[in-house]
Amino acid sequence: MSLWRLAWRRFCRDRVGIVSAAIVLAYVLLAAASAAGWVARDWSNEVGVSYAPPGFLGRDTVQEGLGEVIKAQPRADYGIPDPLGAELADIHANVSGASGRDTRAKTLAFGGDKWGRDVVQKAIKGTETSLVVGLAAAVLATFLGTLFGAAAGYRGGWVDDFFNWLYSVFTSIPYLLLVLAVAAVLDQKGILTVILILGLTGWTGIFRLIRAEYLKHRVREYVLAADAIGASNARRVFVHILPNVSHVVLVQLSLHVVLFIKSEVILSFLGFGVGVDTVSWGSMLAEAPSELILGMWWQIAAATAAMALAVTAFSLFTDAVRDALDPRLA
Amino acid sequence: MSLLSVRNLGVGFGQVEAVKSVSFDISEHSTVALVGESGSGKSVTALSILGLLPETATRRGEILYGGRNLLQTASRELRALRGAEISMIFQEPMSSLNPVFSVGFQVGEALREHLGLSRGGARRRILELFREVGLSDPEVKVGRYPFQLSGGEQQRVMIAMAIACEPKLLIADEPTSALDVTVQKQILDLIAELQRRRRMSMLFITHDLSLVGTIAEQVIVMRQGEIREQGSVAEVFGAPRDDYTRALLACRPPLDHRPARLPTIESLAPAKEERKRGLRGDEAVVLEARGLAKRFDRVEAVKGASFRLAKGRTLGLVGESGSGKTTLGFLVTGLHRASAGEVRFHGEDARSVPRLAFKRKVQIVFQNPYASLNPRFSVGQILTEPMRIHGIGRDEAERRSRAEGLLAKVGLPGSALFKYPHEFSGGQRQRIAIARALALGPELVVCDEAVSALDVSIQAQLLNLLQDLQDEYAMSYLFISHDLAVVKYMADEVMVMKDGEIVEMAGSDEIYAEPKHPYTKALLASIPK
Repeated sequence: MSLWRLAWRRFCRDRVGIVSAAIVLAYVLLAAASAAGWVARDWSNEVGVSYAPPGFLGRDTVQEGLGEVIKAQPRADYGIPDPLGAELADIHANVSGASGRDTRAKTLAFGGDKWGRDVVQKAIKGTETSLVVGLAAAVLATFLGTLFGAAAGYRGGWVDDFFNWLYSVFTSIPYLLLVLAVAAVLDQKGILTVILILGLTGWTGIFRLIRAEYLKHRVREYVLAADAIGASNARRVFVHILPNVSHVVLVQLSLHVVLFIKSEVILSFLGFGVGVDTVSWGSMLAEAPSELILGMWWQIAAATAAMALAVTAFSLFTDAVRDALDPRLA
Repeated sequence: MSLLSVRNLGVGFGQVEAVKSVSFDISEHSTVALVGESGSGKSVTALSILGLLPETATRRGEILYGGRNLLQTASRELRALRGAEISMIFQEPMSSLNPVFSVGFQVGEALREHLGLSRGGARRRILELFREVGLSDPEVKVGRYPFQLSGGEQQRVMIAMAIACEPKLLIADEPTSALDVTVQKQILDLIAELQRRRRMSMLFITHDLSLVGTIAEQVIVMRQGEIREQGSVAEVFGAPRDDYTRALLACRPPLDHRPARLPTIESLAPAKEERKRGLRGDEAVVLEARGLAKRFDRVEAVKGASFRLAKGRTLGLVGESGSGKTTLGFLVTGLHRASAGEVRFHGEDARSVPRLAFKRKVQIVFQNPYASLNPRFSVGQILTEPMRIHGIGRDEAERRSRAEGLLAKVGLPGSALFKYPHEFSGGQRQRIAIARALALGPELVVCDEAVSALDVSIQAQLLNLLQDLQDEYAMSYLFISHDLAVVKYMADEVMVMKDGEIVEMAGSDEIYAEPKHPYTKALLASIPK
């Protein structure tokens, strides 16, 4: 029985691990469904009135008048009728489609945002964004960290010196400052940018761990034995040593997913995250301060609940994976 | 009159019963040796006497000492007993000493704790103890840290600590297995002398039956948690009643003659025919080393080694830890690059031979079978990988059937192909490692302490296997070991290495009969008889 099968058996015995794995899986499926357009495709439709309260609170909680602010009125300046007025009205009617202002709901199941968008739909779409960012950035950072760590630890000498120098440079700059600097350099808002920012700055911790593992493993007898049968350096690095340090890689990967989900939230909150045309938990939270002053708590509640559950489940899942892969630590 | 009686002691860890209903007595002023291979339960027995078993262990029976059952004594009372009346010497002196305190402080701790001595009084006592255990310059050594002492000196400090409070019972758990042979002899003599002089009782735990004769009066042989045989040394050695004891006594390679096959647990009958060793002088030379040297930063690990390896013969390489024998083995196999000198393979400079072609002909078997097999590879992958790298066999199916053949050669079933290393015992893993070396059909195999990590009974099986393979394939061996008896049995020629230098080299019978170099003499004198 291979070590992977043994690890799987240990994992199956961990009840907390199984439950958190199920939750993580549910999130991933939800994000996939959202990406495929099966759910939350119409998240940007303005289905309710502005700041539509949750249905269970009743509509009285919000001043009726707020919705009127954005009501489109044909302009009449200096008595001259707008020559494009008729066309604009047409376009407006087309754009707002079936959910035109007359059909806007007074309340939504869990409330709406400033533009009357359903916060549940937003949270689902935000899940997709946040998970994609977290996973992709973690994969990128882990890939870089593992590659650099393997090169530095296995090869030693000037390669090791170079990567250590790079590591020192990256870690000597305060993290948020570094992230903001990269964000400023890339100067483009969007999911890909956020992934690059997080991935390019987040590899350092993984690098250190993997480098130490390679330093330890390259003088192990099984690696010497591989050398003795003529295995090339690349084969020793990737075929022999990598599977033996892969538990470290996997645990780091899932730890960084959590870390980057949180980082994305921070970035979006600060306005360096995803663009205005996308929604993420971070951008939902960014809208929250002004809403909270007015007493609209449902958007922050939706984002927080979605994020807290995801992060907690992912963290517990990571712990279970680590215990299963490296039983000595358990 | 017995000082300590163990009655039906049973210790279990979860489902595993480590010790099953063991009974024995240790009488006053005598030494009892507890002998067994790894996993026999000997250390667990010792730990239960001291009350040092983990909380999770289940224990049955009783251990009577001074009218008390130690298994039911409160831990506070046990602590007062430990160190003062019963003390212990452990196997690894380096890991038993705390690296951040001076050795004087650590010995003094026991004195202050149990005897309530003042600082000055403790210091005087420490100096006395250090003199008693034969540490040179005790005034200097008191302030030294563990890493500044050699292995033998560390063990002397441990012994000083153990006898500091004049215990009635000393438990020595493999006190010499981590030490070199020459040091081992000194430490054994010291322990035996201290036991006599201080009239202590001693429980001496070892896996090496040959150590027992010189030190103990009573012997207990354990296997798999049970006592197989106990009695006086004369009885057990002279007329062993138990098959296992008999096997343990017979499996060690004898020094005075050389049977063609070693007896094993399965076939105890000693071989009638003898094996002839030594070179005729007309053998082809497979590999020649000329002035090989290796330098790591400031340390010269190997200084100008020159020797020849004859076809189908075994060259033994003997030396203590740190003598450079493993480095020399790595230089020969090309795992290390030499700082100076050259390796000639069939008369050709090995550096001009293509890397893969050289590796194919020169293989190595490592000491630790737990470390030398990749734990993520199945045995099938381990055995077919060298063939794939060297393009042996037309396709995967052919390589697989070859791998099966190799397994059969080393005495493992074909079903082993689909298993992983951790599913095998140490001896079986070493067989897999040998099969891997054979996969390429090498002309020379370096055996770097290939049987040293194994129990005596397994050792004999593997030595027989290596010999059979040599007879069949006419391979040459460079046989590296610290174990002089094993080298004498296996080698045609023997080199003795000390501090990176080859100090003596001669035919295997010659060197054991008439050693010339003083170091060789010292080595041979320290073989336990």
